[in-house]
Order: sequence, then structure tokens, then C-alpha cells
Amino acid sequence: MNDPAFDSSALASSPLGAQGLTLAYGKRAVIRNLDLALPARRVTAIVGPNGCGKSTLLAGLARLHTPETGHVTLDGRDIREFGGRELARALALLPQSVSAPEGLTAAELIRFGRQPHQGWLRHWSAEDARVVSAALAAADLEALADRPLDAMSGGQRQRAWIAMTVAQQTPLLLLDEPTTALDLGHAIEVFELIRELAAAGKTVVMVLHDLVNACRYADHLIAMRAGEIIAAGAPSEVVTTDLVRELYGIDCTLLADPGTGSPVLTNLRRTREPAPACAVSR
Amino acid sequence: MSRPPAARTHTRRRPGLWFALLTAALALVCIASLMFGAGSTGPITSLATLLHAPAGDGGWASSGEARFVIESLRGPRTIVGVLVGAALGVAGALLQAVTRNPLAEPGLLGVSAGSVLAVALALAFGESAATLRVPVAQLGALAGCMAVLAAARLRGVGNDPVRLVLAGAVLSGVLDALTYMILLVDERTADEIRFWIVGSLAGRRLTDVTALLPGLAIAAAIVVAIARPLAALALGERVATGLGHRPRLVRFMVVIAVALLVGSATAIAGLIAFVGLVAPFAARALAGPDVRRTLWLCLPAGALMVVTADIVSRLVVRPSELPIGVLTALIGAPVLVAVVRLRRLPSL
Repeated sequence: MNDPAFDSSALASSPLGAQGLTLAYGKRAVIRNLDLALPARRVTAIVGPNGCGKSTLLAGLARLHTPETGHVTLDGRDIREFGGRELARALALLPQSVSAPEGLTAAELIRFGRQPHQGWLRHWSAEDARVVSAALAAADLEALADRPLDAMSGGQRQRAWIAMTVAQQTPLLLLDEPTTALDLGHAIEVFELIRELAAAGKTVVMVLHDLVNACRYADHLIAMRAGEIIAAGAPSEVVTTDLVRELYGIDCTLLADPGTGSPVLTNLRRTREPAPACAVSR
Repeated sequence: MSRPPAARTHTRRRPGLWFALLTAALALVCIASLMFGAGSTGPITSLATLLHAPAGDGGWASSGEARFVIESLRGPRTIVGVLVGAALGVAGALLQAVTRNPLAEPGLLGVSAGSVLAVALALAFGESAATLRVPVAQLGALAGCMAVLAAARLRGVGNDPVRLVLAGAVLSGVLDALTYMILLVDERTADEIRFWIVGSLAGRRLTDVTALLPGLAIAAAIVVAIARPLAALALGERVATGLGHRPRLVRFMVVIAVALLVGSATAIAGLIAFVGLVAPFAARALAGPDVRRTLWLCLPAGALMVVTADIVSRLVVRPSELPIGVLTALIGAPVLVAVVRLRRLPSL
């Protein structure tokens, strides 16, 4: 999973990246002059303390946030040149804490993923039905297709949302905190689905606040603090006790996961020195 | 959460069947609307006239009077009822989809009141009621719509359906007060629109209907064009954008369509509230949350409600008539309470 030899070649064919990107809310720049390349067909996790700009960066990559300066490129083109549906066929996005109207079923939700492929004259087709069935199967939800989302477990519901993005048939998938509000078992369900999608050839970028799961489930880690990237690379290479202290103001001991070799944080305690500028809440 | 009730684990919808049933019910109610009235032409005579048969002892003489009653009085008002009901039902479903609020009803939120005030203003400034009423009412509805959406964007109001209704009630109250001020000051205006303002289908002619058709046709074209992105907006603005839609454009088009629909309905029938609440509520219960299906069912559901209310309004205080708005309120108020009491209200 964390094979550093892969990363350099994958980065060379990076489909999505940013050059000199500055994103701001009003006059307050959240991200300043940032350069970024995301490895193709890998899972990238963007981690960092609350308020470090990771969700804003994801919004910028998905064209939800217009940059002040610089640009985001997709397959070598500025994403602002893409048409709405054209971009939605190249890049799927799952925002944080989404909600569906009461009574909407999993299959009904997943059908929305076909909208970028439909048009004035092109309505629902046999191809759409086939893709929706495949997305249901990918998320292991075939038996629950006609169940309302509000009658599902949190993990099933999140898998249904991811299946909607699968139905978009995009090479790129951006996820903002896909496992917030899920308990451990449901979070693992979602992470394993994400791994399967990457294994099937998707480039996945997810924002996570949980460094431990980021190490375990991502091939490539981007660590952010105060709007800047302070480390990027394979988790086993970039995660050090220094990085953890710099990100979260936490001292820890690093172990290697006996199964995967990915870094595991243990013996966590607050650093006694003054906390870093971008404070952790709680 | 982990063990949902068995009844809700499988959802099967039959929107086509419900559309057919509602349309059949509407056809029956329309026939009833031609048969019953406040006047002396009874149901038997009316039915005989409809079937082109001479009616019992009255013979052809009373049948001629019955034909006049049906063709010139009850026929037009039935057509007006169908159009007004369908327009108000669809407008309610649109406004609810765009505000993500199941209580967003044009009559309750001040859209209709804006329409009425605009017409009253135009009359007070010397315009003739006959010529300008439809476009003026549509402009007033547009202003009302803008006010509603502005209120929905205020902090705290947008996330709380009941607060939006409260804001709408305040807006309606202010607009109504302004309208009544104009009526008090200007007697000519008061005479022209007093009977129209309370909501009624009586005395409408087919020429009044033709004045509505352009607006309704434009609104229908807009609805067809934006149905798909509007359905996606139910998943949230960011998800809709991620699916390649432009939420701002969609909202703008919806506002135009709602203004055209409510303005048209108000121009011909006056203030009729609650239809835009009850019809979409029933449609969602029958067809599920997807607005594309809800909109289809709102056409017969809204028409059914208005035509039924109109029949009852003719019969309860014979030979006078009740304002139709009174009856829609009687049906609508319990539905409003039911919606508010539903468990997961803010999740449209």
C-alpha cells in the first residue's frame, strides 16, 4: 500500500494539480501560493489541524472556490476552462456532512450520479441503469437499493453517497472528511471501499483530520499547517515525531503497523512547549 | 438507527398510477363543478344538458337556461379552477425545492400578497383593472419571491423552516396592511378589487383565461428546462455543483417561474393560500422526495383541491358564496400543523 517506488512515477502523470494557488475568504487568505501535484491512481490524504485550510484546498481543487491567484489544472488544462458537465464527468466530489431529503432511497440517490452524462436530448438510458447497478455492487448495497437513506446505518449511507460519485464514472474522486460522524466499524467500511476504488484505477483525494487512518489507508500524504504544505510523500517516509509535533502540538511514539508497515501513533501527549500557531481545538 | 422499522426498509413508488388516479378524480370533480351551483339550475337538469338530452318536465326551455349557466358561468370557472390550482400547486413545489423548506408556500410567504399589493397600487395610480392586471400581478409576485429568498438567506432563518414561515407571515401582514391602506384611501380601487381580493372563481370569463396563457406557457417551459438540476439541488448546493449544475442560475429561473405562476393565479382568482402547501405535501407522500415526480403530481392535485373547494364554496351558504380562500385555509391549516409536527422537518 505504501510503496514509495510507485509515487514518483504516479506523480509524473498527475492528472490534478495546483500552481501558485491562493484561496481566500474575503480578504483573509486561507491558502497562499501553493503548488501541488496529486499522484494518479493512488489515494491521497490531506491532513492537518482544524482550520489549516485543507477543506478549502479541496474546494479549490473541485472548483467550488475561485482562486485569487494561480490555478488548478486537470489533465494540463485550467479547470476554469471546463464546462459544468464536462468537469463533472472528470471529477466527482463528495462534500462534508451531506444530507438527502427524507425518504430518498439508495438507488434514487445513485441515479443522480448519472446527471452529468445526461442532456437536453439524452435522458435515462440502459447504459445509465447498468452503471447504477455496477455502482450499487461496488458499494455492496445491492440488497439495500430500495431502502430509504434515513433507514440505513451511517456506514451504509456514506457508502451510498460514494456510490453516487462512482456512478459519475470520473477518473478523479474528491472526498471531504468522508468518515466524520461514523464509528470505527462504519469508518473502516468506508475506507475499504475507497481502497477498492483506487485499486480499480481511480485517483482519490480525501481530507481527513485523523492522521492514524490517513497513514493506514493513504498512499500519499499531504500535511498542511496554516495554509501551507509542510510535508508530502508516502506516510512511512514523511510521518515523523517532529511532523506530528509540528502539526498538532503532540508528542508521540511511532511504531510500524505489524500488518501493513504503515506508521502508527501511540503514547500521545501534549507537547509541553508553547503550542504551534495554528491551535488544535479541544 | 441500526434497526429501522420493517415497513420503511423497502420503498416502492408508483407515480404513474397516482397521476392517473388523481387526474381521474379531477375529471369527476370537474363534471361535478358543472352540475352544482348556487343558482336554480340543479344537478339533474345540468347533467341532462351536458348529455344533450331534454330535462324532464322543464323541457327545452329550462335546458336553454341551463346551457347558459354551464357554458358561460360554471364552465369558465371550472377551467379557471383547474389552471389556478395546477399553477399554485406547482409554484409551491418549486418554492419548497429551492428553499429546501416543506413549509414554503407562496400564499403564506408573501408572494401572493405582493401580487395583490402590486395590482392595488396600479389601480390606485389610475390603471384599468382589465388590461394590466396579469403582468402587474406577476411583477408583484416577483418582488415577493425576492423578499422570501432574501429572508431565507438570513442567518438562522434559512435553516429553520418554521422561522421562514414566520418571516413570511410578517411580510404578508405588512403587504396586506399596505393594500388595505390603499383600499381605504381610494374608493374606486376598493370597488374594483374588493371581490377579487379575497379569492374567488365566480364571474371569470374565458377571455380572462387567455390573458394567462403566455405566462403559464413560459413557466412550463422553465420548469421542464430546470427540473433535473432542481432535483439535484435537494442534495445540497455543493453536491449539485459537483454534478455540473449552476445553483444560482437554477434558483433565478425558479423565482421567475414562481412569479409567473403565482402572479397569473392571483391575477384571475385573488388571494388563495395553502394550495401550494397541500398539493406538494400530498404529492411527496405519494411519489417520494424527487421534485421531478412531485411536480407532475402537483398538477392534478392542486387543480383537484381548488375545484373541490370552489364547489363547496358555492353550496355551503346558498344562494351566496364563500370566498374560496376560506375553504383552502380550512383544508390547509391542519396540513400545516401536520408538516410542522413531522419528525425530521428540516430535511427537504
